[in-house]
Amino acid sequence: MSAIADIVFPLRLSVQVALAATVGCAVIGVPIAYVLGTREFRGKALADVLVTLPLVMPPVVTGYYLLLLVGRRGVLGALTKTVTGTAVGMAFTWEAAALASLAISLPLAVSTARSAIAAVDPAHADAARTLGRGELQTAIFVVLPLAARGIIAGLALAFARAMGEFGATMMVAGNIPGRTNTMAVQVFNAVLYGDWQQATVLVAVLTVTSAGLLLLASRLTRAVAR
Amino acid sequence: MNSTTGLSVRAVASLPGFTLDVGWTVGPGFTVLFGYSGAGKSLTLATIAGVMRPQHGRIRLGERLLFDSASQTWTPPQDRRIGYVSQGAQLFPHMTVRRNVEFALAGVPRGGRAERVAELLERFRVSNLADKRPHQLSGGQRQRAALARALAPSPDALLLDEPLSALDLPIRVEMRELLRQVQRELAIPVVMVTHDLYEACTLADTLVVYSGTGTVQTGTPRELVGEPATPEIRRLLHAIELPASVLEKRNGSDARIIPIDRKEHVA
Repeated sequence: MSAIADIVFPLRLSVQVALAATVGCAVIGVPIAYVLGTREFRGKALADVLVTLPLVMPPVVTGYYLLLLVGRRGVLGALTKTVTGTAVGMAFTWEAAALASLAISLPLAVSTARSAIAAVDPAHADAARTLGRGELQTAIFVVLPLAARGIIAGLALAFARAMGEFGATMMVAGNIPGRTNTMAVQVFNAVLYGDWQQATVLVAVLTVTSAGLLLLASRLTRAVAR
Repeated sequence: MNSTTGLSVRAVASLPGFTLDVGWTVGPGFTVLFGYSGAGKSLTLATIAGVMRPQHGRIRLGERLLFDSASQTWTPPQDRRIGYVSQGAQLFPHMTVRRNVEFALAGVPRGGRAERVAELLERFRVSNLADKRPHQLSGGQRQRAALARALAPSPDALLLDEPLSALDLPIRVEMRELLRQVQRELAIPVVMVTHDLYEACTLADTLVVYSGTGTVQTGTPRELVGEPATPEIRRLLHAIELPASVLEKRNGSDARIIPIDRKEHVA
């Protein structure tokens, strides 16, 4: 691979992985954030811990759990073996990298979206109900739009975190050049092979993207607080 | 009293630092809940609207039993057909006035909605503000738009939580008149919370006074001012000198005293 390709492929892969993880955060994380932000229920503290856990655990540990889940010798493998006769896993694919990034960035998306949702005056949701709208419509037309900036901020943070994911990605997606070497993984490779120039370019791109997304998220959340 | 169109409430709810424990029955006219702050007037409205569920009690609107702890009956707010203008958030800030009113018309066939919205905006004199956001409106305009929205689904009752308290005096006078008109036109029970004695007595067919000591007294303003049941209620109702015209006889209910610890409300 040429020097340019060594940078372009990981960059493209990381964007693809981060986009997929962010979509995952929106689909899974926003409903979780809605429930945590608007409801009181038994076991809420436990649910809270489960969602937040990947934020404080070493990513390698989260990656290990994911490997147990989607590896050929894991849950997914056992399931596919009973159904089709052959064990199929999704470890060491770009999808596995996306899953790793999703697990690691989900807590960021959920916690930011959750505070924005909890900050919406419950009187608006009450009003929607007294006007004949059920739970789902109240959420979609009233509460989520009013929390939109915070939700987008959370997704921006999730995207930034997903772009640079390393530990969990290495565990579950590995380090396969041309397949699963995301930017962070490629920084590791570049340093390993003494290619400091490549490492510097990748690091610069990651730093600028993260800083930009953080800035965007803080602007959005500041507008929420106002 | 016409019990088929009246409203009766018996609600007991324990909240952190406060226990709501009230019971009253009113006719289909204009009812005002008056009394000390923190006596549970707004909470009572919330239980009628169905946005708060009491632990015990029974709420009946006309023929419909909306809540009954004994038989585990509970109608969720979206099925109650009760208009509710709460004190805090009156309009959805992310929608125009028109969208706010349209939002309340989910039950109306799509074809008829535009016409119904236009009619409501016209009735409450906010047609020229249809495309404005709530933050661009004055307090009075916001209240009129909120009324249009609450009445859009043709509710069976209307609840108003201090709708006039944030308004300047000339606007208040105008709004009082509008509220009276609305009640007469629609002939549904209207229940309004206020801290303003003059306002309470000018608007109320039936006054429900929440005293601080766990007693609720119900009657026409004239009856209650004439015969307050407790010293607290006397203090509340004689805080200002009311013009005689305010206490003119209106078609309210008979004065009654309902002690708070009664298990059954007076039907």
